[in-house]
Amino acid sequence: MLKKKAVMAAVALLAVSACAPVDETPTAAGPATGAACAKDKLATLAAGKLTFGTDEPVYQPWFVDNKPESGQGFEAAVAYAVAGKLGYAPADVVWTRVPFNAAIQPGKKAYDVDVNEFSITDERKQAVDFSSPYYDVAQAVIAPKSSPAAAAKTLAELKKVKLGAQVGTTSYDAAQRLAPEQQVAVYNTNDDAKAALGNGQIQALVLDLPTAFYVTSAELPDATIVGQLPRGEGKPEQFGLVLDKGSSLTPCVSGAVDGLRSDGTLAKLEQEWLATAGNAPELK
Amino acid sequence: MISDLQRDRLAYRRSRSRRSVLVAFASTVVFAAVAVLAVTSSPGWPRVRQSFFNAEIAWRTLPALLDGLWLNLRVLVVCEVLILVLALGIAVLRTLRGPVWFPVRALATGYVDFFRGLPLIICLYLIGFGLPGLRLSGIPNDPVLLGGIALVLVYSAYVAEVFRAGIESVHPSQLAAAKSLGLGHAKTMRIVVLPQAVRRVLPALLNDFVALQKDCGLISVLGAVDAVRAAQITASSSYNFTPYVVAGLLFVLLAIPSGRLADWVSRRATNRQGA
Amino acid sequence: MTVEPLEPVLSVRGLVKSYDGKRVLDGVDLDVGEHQVVVLIGPSGSGKSTLLRCVNLLEDLDDGQVLLDGDDISDPRHDAGKARRRMGIVFQAFNLFPHLSVLDNITLAPREVHGVPRKVATQRALDLLDRVGLSDKANSYPDRLSGGQQQRVAIARALAYEPRLLLLDEITSALDPELVGEVLALVRELAGQGRTILMATHEMGFARQVADQVVFLDHGSVVETGPPEQVLGDPRHERTRLFLRRVIDAGRI
Repeated sequence: MLKKKAVMAAVALLAVSACAPVDETPTAAGPATGAACAKDKLATLAAGKLTFGTDEPVYQPWFVDNKPESGQGFEAAVAYAVAGKLGYAPADVVWTRVPFNAAIQPGKKAYDVDVNEFSITDERKQAVDFSSPYYDVAQAVIAPKSSPAAAAKTLAELKKVKLGAQVGTTSYDAAQRLAPEQQVAVYNTNDDAKAALGNGQIQALVLDLPTAFYVTSAELPDATIVGQLPRGEGKPEQFGLVLDKGSSLTPCVSGAVDGLRSDGTLAKLEQEWLATAGNAPELK
Repeated sequence: MISDLQRDRLAYRRSRSRRSVLVAFASTVVFAAVAVLAVTSSPGWPRVRQSFFNAEIAWRTLPALLDGLWLNLRVLVVCEVLILVLALGIAVLRTLRGPVWFPVRALATGYVDFFRGLPLIICLYLIGFGLPGLRLSGIPNDPVLLGGIALVLVYSAYVAEVFRAGIESVHPSQLAAAKSLGLGHAKTMRIVVLPQAVRRVLPALLNDFVALQKDCGLISVLGAVDAVRAAQITASSSYNFTPYVVAGLLFVLLAIPSGRLADWVSRRATNRQGA
Repeated sequence: MTVEPLEPVLSVRGLVKSYDGKRVLDGVDLDVGEHQVVVLIGPSGSGKSTLLRCVNLLEDLDDGQVLLDGDDISDPRHDAGKARRRMGIVFQAFNLFPHLSVLDNITLAPREVHGVPRKVATQRALDLLDRVGLSDKANSYPDRLSGGQQQRVAIARALAYEPRLLLLDEITSALDPELVGEVLALVRELAGQGRTILMATHEMGFARQVADQVVFLDHGSVVETGPPEQVLGDPRHERTRLFLRRVIDAGRI
């Protein structure tokens, strides 16, 4: 019996490692513009179409009504703006749904570009390419007004609170960095985390700031923003568009984002969609 | 005293068996060597080893995984005891005869049908998130407790059917004998039927126990960090699958003693009785 | 001087039992007096086992009465459990409890049903085992015993609570021929002690020696009843003669 198991294990290993890996060539650094990025030169998944990926469902203020095709919402607007800069009409933009965690796994992608509040981190860069950043993000803590966390003014007070966050996110990392006394509760999705918050199973939830504002104003009105968390290692956290590692599109997409920043489009979109993301106190 | 003929035969058999042991040993060694060489010299092996068998990451994540596994174990033991008790109760309730017990039998049958059909994950969400949301007094709020309740409700339905099969497999002549001695239904169950029924279905019960070992991890959707969730957390930040491999191995190691225990118990039971 | 006949221990009146529309017992009348041994004979399917099971209230009756010491125990208002405590039945397939030791098998009913304290019950059980010749098997499990030994334990189990009536349902039919003797010897001894016994059997020789009364049952009705010299030696009815001739031809008499 043991021998049979050993045979099967060996065969499985052989099968996996016999598939010779296709080594991915590293990209050239820096964005590119001009003729190299013309629509007909771009090696997209579908010729003449630019495929964007995002999660199912997606939330405000990043997308509206879970309909990325409408172009409503900050990230939807950024996506269409990038497409426009690369010469794609709105009709040439195709959307596909990819779960948050799956989008940043190494391996072949079902999208050309993924836009889903992904913060640029060194670990993630090992697995995927990022474009230039399109938004500077802060992590914030929300809590129901009745929770002991709502009254916290310092990080030390937050350490005593039962925190929750979505798995695999920089929000989770930020919660862990606080070194709280109770283990951080980890949820598959923010929806589950919000349910737990409503039930009092966690006393506070860590989210990015714009989402925190949306949740406390529209979804959980008796929750309040306790404050912003300090950045890790002093570096600002920034969202970037995600592409397959070594994708030929990366320089062009980065160039497009840079273009949107320099011509003020990004600022305008921020003003339009994220203006309500006012100021929350920075906790120390 | 054996004859020369028999002596010769024994000697021949001994030498033959010695030879086959040597052959078996040699062929195992050769096979293992070939397998190892084939695997480690294949082109994708370094990548696979890095991704699935990274010793450094395995060592680093082991404490977190063991912490999570400890939660799995605690939930497992408590839930299993509750499941056995509840399932036995439901199975016995279904054996009550007579019109006065009809509502009880119907309730037990309905319970089994409902919770065997209901997906465990739906039950977890309904009880883990939905129930506390009603804010009724007396309802616990701890995700581990709520998750445990969901596991007990669903698994009791399965195990109740296992017990019922065992009870029905006891030969009717045993019931006749008990009845003829004047034993009532409750005593017949307790003294004659259940001891025999449980012995018969021990392999099936232990099978469900091993399944429960793995399903215990599902309470992690409610926020608790078990071994699988711990693996997921480290895997998602390092893009390495070794934590999953290590977590998987830990679960397999956990299941092996259960299997051997099952074998030992049923061997002892069959040795003790011809039934 | 007239002596009032003692009320029979068992009285069966007009017993009717059907399975799937077929009448297995068709109006059976039977009496077993105190200290009497009544033997039921008949071809298979004649209803002997069914009769014994009905007397022991293991089956519901479709019509008729069963009276034990004058009480109508077949009346649904009567507590069947109480009635069964006054009878002991031994089955063809022994039906010992395989997960209990021999001693536990025997002491079970006295302890659990008749409220006898464990020590007393154990002592009585050991005495019984001694009488049936199995005292060294007290702590063995049934599967370690031969068929004959198991059947003797089954008899001890039925006797453990001193029943008024002992019902024996073809208790040697499942045994190897060389084991039949030891069981029949035990029954002979019990008969000699004055036990009231109703037994179904194929052992005609034994019946001739031990029975006070033989009842020939065929297709669910009593064809002939009387002392063994008559029913077995010089039967009055043709069907009885036919049955006995077949048994003789099979070498079983």
